[in-house]
Amino acid sequence: MTGGYGGSILRINLTDKKVVKEPTPDDLIRDYIGARGFIIRTLFKELAPGTDPLGPDAKFIMAAGPLTGLFVPSSGKIQTGGKSPLTGGYGEANSGGHFPEELKLAGYDMIILDGQSEKPCYIVIDDDEVKIEDAGELWGKGSFAVEETLKKNLGEDFQIASIGPAGEKLVKIACITHDFGRQAGRTGLGAVLGSKKVKAICLRGTKAIPVHDLEGLMKVGRRMYEQCFTNPAFELWQTYGTSAVVNWANRIGAFPTRNFRGGYFEQFTNISGPRMRKDIVVINKACYSCAMCCGKYSHAKTDKYDVYVEGPEYETTAMIGGDCALGNIKDVAYGNHLCDDYGIDTISGGSIIAFAIECFEKGIITEKDTGGLVLKFGDPESVFSLIKMIAMREGIGDVLAEGSKAAAEHFGADSIKFAMQVKGLEQSGYESRRAPAMLLSYMTSDIGAQHRPSWAVTHDIATGRDSAEGKAGKVIELQHTRPLFDTLGVCRLPWIEMQVPVADYAEAYRKATGIDYSEQDLISISERIWNLTRMFWVREVPGFGRASDIPPARVYEEKLTGGSTDGGILEREKIEAMLDDYYNLRGWTNDGIPTEQKLKELGLDWVNLP
Amino acid sequence: MKIGRDELRCTGCKTCQLICSLDHFKEHNPKKAAIGITGKFPAPGKYKISLCTQCEKCIEVCPTDAITNEAGIIKIDADKCNYCLVCVDECPFGAVFTHRDFEKPFICDVCGECVEICPTKALYWKE
Repeated sequence: MTGGYGGSILRINLTDKKVVKEPTPDDLIRDYIGARGFIIRTLFKELAPGTDPLGPDAKFIMAAGPLTGLFVPSSGKIQTGGKSPLTGGYGEANSGGHFPEELKLAGYDMIILDGQSEKPCYIVIDDDEVKIEDAGELWGKGSFAVEETLKKNLGEDFQIASIGPAGEKLVKIACITHDFGRQAGRTGLGAVLGSKKVKAICLRGTKAIPVHDLEGLMKVGRRMYEQCFTNPAFELWQTYGTSAVVNWANRIGAFPTRNFRGGYFEQFTNISGPRMRKDIVVINKACYSCAMCCGKYSHAKTDKYDVYVEGPEYETTAMIGGDCALGNIKDVAYGNHLCDDYGIDTISGGSIIAFAIECFEKGIITEKDTGGLVLKFGDPESVFSLIKMIAMREGIGDVLAEGSKAAAEHFGADSIKFAMQVKGLEQSGYESRRAPAMLLSYMTSDIGAQHRPSWAVTHDIATGRDSAEGKAGKVIELQHTRPLFDTLGVCRLPWIEMQVPVADYAEAYRKATGIDYSEQDLISISERIWNLTRMFWVREVPGFGRASDIPPARVYEEKLTGGSTDGGILEREKIEAMLDDYYNLRGWTNDGIPTEQKLKELGLDWVNLP
Repeated sequence: MKIGRDELRCTGCKTCQLICSLDHFKEHNPKKAAIGITGKFPAPGKYKISLCTQCEKCIEVCPTDAITNEAGIIKIDADKCNYCLVCVDECPFGAVFTHRDFEKPFICDVCGECVEICPTKALYWKE
C-alpha cells in the first residue's frame, strides 16, 4: 500500500444499500495524486454524459489527498465533488474542519455515493463498519441541531457532515456543513446529497495513516511549522483570520459593494476584522493540524437574535456585508448563521440577495413578487428574510434558489447584465474591474466565478491595475499551483500567507508516499487535472466555449462607483485579448477547447473531443 | 515541571494529539494520544483539554497497584494492569486514555512535545 493514503475507496449505493470497499488503484494515485484529481477522474470515467445532477445516477464524492491528516501544517482539507446542479458543469467544494483527517483515519481516500434512498437517511461509517440509518426526525432540521444530536447519539469523537433544509429542498446553492460552521459551500453539492435523501454522513476512524518515511516527513513537517511560527504575519493571522482582508480590500477598492456596483463600502470599519474581534469573537477555531487558526468562533447577540457562528470569514463579510450593504458585524454574523443552519452557501447566497435587491430597486420585481417584502440595500430584514425564503423555496425564494443566472433568465429585463456570475456560479468577494488578472481568474475558474483556483489581486497591483497584458500567464501558473493544494489535501494558506514553500509540500509528498515526483511533476499533474475539468464542461454543457468564459456585462459596461477604484471599468476588448492570450498559452482553440494535441501531451488521449 | 492548560487559547487543531501519537507510537494517529481535546459547540464555543495533572487519583483507585508516580510521571505497569479501566472512569480530568490496539490504558508522560508544537500556547510549562 502506498504511504500517505488511506488505502481504500468506499462506495455506497443508496438505492440498494450496497456497500463496496475497494483498494485505491495505483494508477489513480500515480496519475491524479488525490482529492481533486480523484474526483474529476472518477466523474469523467464513471458518470454517463448528460446525467441529471439530482437524479439517481448522479455521484456525490468526498475525497482526501495524500497529505491529509499528516504532520504538515493545515492538513485538514477535503474536496467534495459532483456534477453541479447549479451550473451543470464540474462541481467542487473545499472544506476544512476535522472530517478530512477522520476519513483517512478510517482508512479511506474517497467516498462515492450514488443511487437514491427512498426514505431520508444518514450514513454512519465507523472504521470498516458502514450503516445506513433512518433519518427520522432529523429530516427538516437545521445543520446545527443535526450535528448536535448526532454527536450526542454517536459520541463526540464522530465527525458529522450534514445538510440543512435547503439541501433537502434541492436548493441549487445548498452547502454541506461540518464542525459547527465549516462548509463545503460552493456549486450546490448539498442539493446532490439532498437528492439522495442523505441528511448526514457520520464518520469515525481510529487507524493510523501509514507513511513511507516517517522520520523524513517529520523533519520537513517541523520545518514547515517553524516557518509559520516565525512568520511576521503569524500573529496577525491568528488574531483576525481572513477578516483581516476587509480593511485592505476596501483600501484598494476591491470590496464588492451593492451587487458589485462599487469596490468600496463606506461602512467597512463596522464589519472589519478588528471590529469583529472586539464585538463578537469568542475563541479562535482551527481546522486539523493548523497553526494559523483563521476560524473565528463568534457570538452575536442583540434584542432580536442570540446565535453562535463560526465566522464570518472574509468572503461572507464581503458578500453578505458589503454586497448587501449591511454595516453591522452582528447582522453579518446572524446572516452567516442563518445560511449555515439552513444550509446555503454564503457567497452565492449573498450575491443572489444583492441581485434580487437591485432587481427590486429597478422595478424588475415588485412587492407583488416578494409577497409584500420591500427589498433594500443595507436592510438586515431584507437579507434575513431572503435567506429563509431561498432555503425553504418560499415565494420568490423558489426562483432565487435556482441561482442568479437562472433567476435573471426568469426575470428578464436585461437583469442578466448584473447577475454577477460566470458559468452560473456567483462571483466571490473581489471586485475585479481594476484587477484584470483577478477577473480572468473568475472567468476561467473551473467551477465558475470562484477565487480558490486563482487569486491574483496582488499581482494586478504589482503589474498594473488597468493592464491586461501578460496577465494570462500568471493566472495559468496560479491555476496549477493553488489547486495542487486541493489535490494534496491540504490548505493553501500556509503557502500564501506564511510563505511555506511549495518545494516543502513536494518533499512532504515524497516522504509520505515514496513516489519520487518533483515539484514540477506535481504541477504537470495539476495541469492534467485542469484540462480534464475543462473537458468535463465541454462534455456536459451544450455549446460550451468562449462565451462561457465571458463575465457579466456590468464588468465592461458600467463604471465602478466610490472608493479608490471609482470610475474603473474593464473594456470588452481587453477581456477578449486576455482570453486570446490565455487560450493560446494553454494550447486550447480560440473557442477555449483543449486541442487533441494538448490532451495527448497531458496523457488525456482517452478523453474524446466532441 | 508540569504542563499547564489555557483552554481559552485552545483552537481545537489537535496538533498536540498528532505529535503525541507520532512521538510515542510512531504513528499518524491522533486517536492514540495522551491528551484529549473536546469541543463544546455550538454553545458556549470552547475546547476542553484533558491532560494528566499527576493528582494520583488513578494510583489510589487502581485495584492491582499497577500505577505509580515516578518522579512526577504517572506510569502503568503492563504486567500488573488487568484492563479493568477503573482509572479511566475515576480520573477527575478524563486524562486516562485507551485505544483498541492496546491492552492497557495510557497517560501523559510529560515529554512536552505538545507544548513545543502548540501554535497558540494553550499548553505551557508551569512549575
